[in-house]
Amino acid sequence: MSRVPHWLVLVLILLVAGISATVYKISALGFPVTPDQLSDAWTVQARVHIRASGGPVKVNLQLPGNTPGFNRSNENFVSREFGLTVENERYGRDAEWARRRARGVHNLYYRATWFRAQTDTQITVRPDFPPVPSLPEPFATAANTLVEDVREHSADIASYTAEMLRRLNDNDPSQEIRLFLNSQEYGADHTSTAQLLLAGARIPSVQLTGIRLNSLERNAPLVRWLAIHNEQRWLYFDPASGDQALPEDFLLWSIGTDPLAQTSGAELLDTQITIQRNSLSSLDLAMQNANEKGSRLVEFSPLGLPLHAQNLYQMLLMIPLGALMIVFLRNVVGMRSFGTFMPVLIALAFRETRLLAGIILFLVVVGVGLLLRFYLERLRLLLVPRLAAVLTIVVILLIGVGVVSYQLNIEVGLSVALFPMVIIAMVIERMSISWEESGPRNALIEGAGSLVMAILAFLVMEQLLLRHLMLVFPELLLVVLAITIALGRYTGYRISELGRFRHLQHSADDANPATSRD
Amino acid sequence: MSWLARYQQLRKLGVLGLNARNGSYIMRHNNRRLYPLVDDKILCKERLLSARIKVPVLIGTIATQHDAAHLLNRLQDHNEFVIKPANGSGGEGILVITSRRNKRWITSGGRMIDLDTLEHYVSNILNGMYSLGGHPDRAMIETLVHFDPVFANVTSQGVPDIRVIVFHGYPVMAMTRLPTRQSDGKANLHQGAVGAGIDISTGRTVNAVLQNANVDEHPDTGAKLTGFQIPDWQTLVDLSAKCYDAIPLGYLGVDIVLDRDLGPLVLELNARPGLNIQIANGAGLKPRLRAIEQHRNAAGKAVPATERVAIATELNQHGWQL
Repeated sequence: MSRVPHWLVLVLILLVAGISATVYKISALGFPVTPDQLSDAWTVQARVHIRASGGPVKVNLQLPGNTPGFNRSNENFVSREFGLTVENERYGRDAEWARRRARGVHNLYYRATWFRAQTDTQITVRPDFPPVPSLPEPFATAANTLVEDVREHSADIASYTAEMLRRLNDNDPSQEIRLFLNSQEYGADHTSTAQLLLAGARIPSVQLTGIRLNSLERNAPLVRWLAIHNEQRWLYFDPASGDQALPEDFLLWSIGTDPLAQTSGAELLDTQITIQRNSLSSLDLAMQNANEKGSRLVEFSPLGLPLHAQNLYQMLLMIPLGALMIVFLRNVVGMRSFGTFMPVLIALAFRETRLLAGIILFLVVVGVGLLLRFYLERLRLLLVPRLAAVLTIVVILLIGVGVVSYQLNIEVGLSVALFPMVIIAMVIERMSISWEESGPRNALIEGAGSLVMAILAFLVMEQLLLRHLMLVFPELLLVVLAITIALGRYTGYRISELGRFRHLQHSADDANPATSRD
Repeated sequence: MSWLARYQQLRKLGVLGLNARNGSYIMRHNNRRLYPLVDDKILCKERLLSARIKVPVLIGTIATQHDAAHLLNRLQDHNEFVIKPANGSGGEGILVITSRRNKRWITSGGRMIDLDTLEHYVSNILNGMYSLGGHPDRAMIETLVHFDPVFANVTSQGVPDIRVIVFHGYPVMAMTRLPTRQSDGKANLHQGAVGAGIDISTGRTVNAVLQNANVDEHPDTGAKLTGFQIPDWQTLVDLSAKCYDAIPLGYLGVDIVLDRDLGPLVLELNARPGLNIQIANGAGLKPRLRAIEQHRNAAGKAVPATERVAIATELNQHGWQL
């Protein structure tokens, strides 16, 4: 075979389509691979506490904009009697509450939920290169010396920054550093000093203000961080140690050193940030995530349906897997059953009755039905009336089981109505014919085969993981289709044939060596 | 032996499995349009008759319940006959009547049957009890075949038949199916008949199996089962090859009975012949099918039936190596 067969091309296309859509949803949108995977989510609340004096009041609160490592959902504001506008600023967002006249103490709330996400967002646009600051002597000389010296000891922007921060935080700082740190004007805090010295080498830097989500305090402290731009992306540094890192739980609130809240016409009493950790199902998060990204994959999937419809679709999505199981059992294992997909329908019925009760029900109804069918045989009924009679008997049996088990307080009974009656009637009919034609042994083998296949199909279709995967990634049906098509081209032996032809092997071994040449 | 080793040995022996039979032979070589011609035994018989192939005589067909109710009129002059569903499969639904006592018939199994039972039996056939998918069917009544007395020693009850696998008109493998008491007179290996593989070139049995296991003697008569010469072999193989000209199914099973007076008669054709013939012969079908395919590719033209048989005979003598 030099050419790739047509069916193989089709199988590969289906596989690639199904798997790539799934992988995209897992990696880019964060859909969970396993069910009930809980993701961490944090509800963060900022409360601005003000006392107004009676005139017009304006309160500005900086809001988180782009937050590396986190995505936002469920944002809301609680601000009775205040008008609210939210504006996008250069470095983030800003909420402005305003009221013509206000008096007394007011609380303004901002609340949002964040969850972890693999986002590659940049905190803000690429900044311009800062001008070299013009400093008075002796600071100018000291700065020059420092810049030259640190440049000597570094290779690039990142290592330059790290080295500068290390020197600033040194226990025994150099003379130049000490000059800066001890001055009123330039030594207010290490981060500002570092920014000044970085500007000396024309490295753009910003201060980040954020909170550590894991602090879980009633009043979460603001944390300062340093971000520099290396002309490609932002790099983050711990200003206190010089390590290049952004803590996993660092939620960026604002860029710059401005206070979070500013007021006019009122006294700012207090700004408080509280963090509450809650666990969300990761599926919810992924769906929110997809919505925020404007992906319509979710809307046009079973997940976009109302919940009650989802249950039905989840069952539908499992049927091809049950059918694939049947294909495998028949064409690769070589099991026999009555009716091709009868076991799948029985398996669906098992979902309602649960496995053990379903098996007992199947055995009882088929067993009793078979006995009555043998009796009907003696009446010599014509075929269709006889089938109808068997169907009626099956219905009577199912109702009988239902009523009796209800009286005995067994829950199972009520779900029997969903047992596929017509299918059971056909099983009884075919089994009795097979019984007469090919003997009880054959009939029992095929009957047992049907039941075993139904049980196996049920076990596959009940796998929580598979059900979750099919519902969340319905494109996996393409993979199921691909496997089914590939199995359709399987022309090897069935496992049952290895037993069936075993005597052929023996006789061929000792009697007919000629045919073993190939 | 491990499963994998078994699997590889079956491959080495060239055993044809069900999947390969269906996927690589039946689907590829059998035109679906021709299936009704073999699945419906009445149509098949007509087609074979028009190609001058000898078949058991058709006494009549029954298509309606009304006909069934007047069954007796049809059977007045017949004490022995066979009733079959036209669309039966796997030998199901065949009733063999061997004699008549007053108002009752006696089946090949020795059971007494009255007219009422017979009518019910026929109406079951008409209602599709034995047809695939339960479609309404017709019943056919045929004359009973009196098998050649040479089979008397290797048969108990029923009629032995000979199955030939014909690949594109070339006979590639054959066996005879010998009913036993266990098979209730039926020539069906699944039901306990003996299968004896036949050498295509000589018409002599080479190997015999009962229920998938090798046997040397008939379980009921004790007669030796190997080395048994089928009479009239050449006519029989020619007949099987000619069936392909009547109904050109590439992968065809031809069932033939040897009548005491009429010689070989084609009983029925099968578009999905079973694989047990390989066990009966102790050999796989694949090398033979491949040899014929290669031969056909090399020859590149259609060859008359007798020539095809000659080629198959020669290939067989050379162990199916071109």
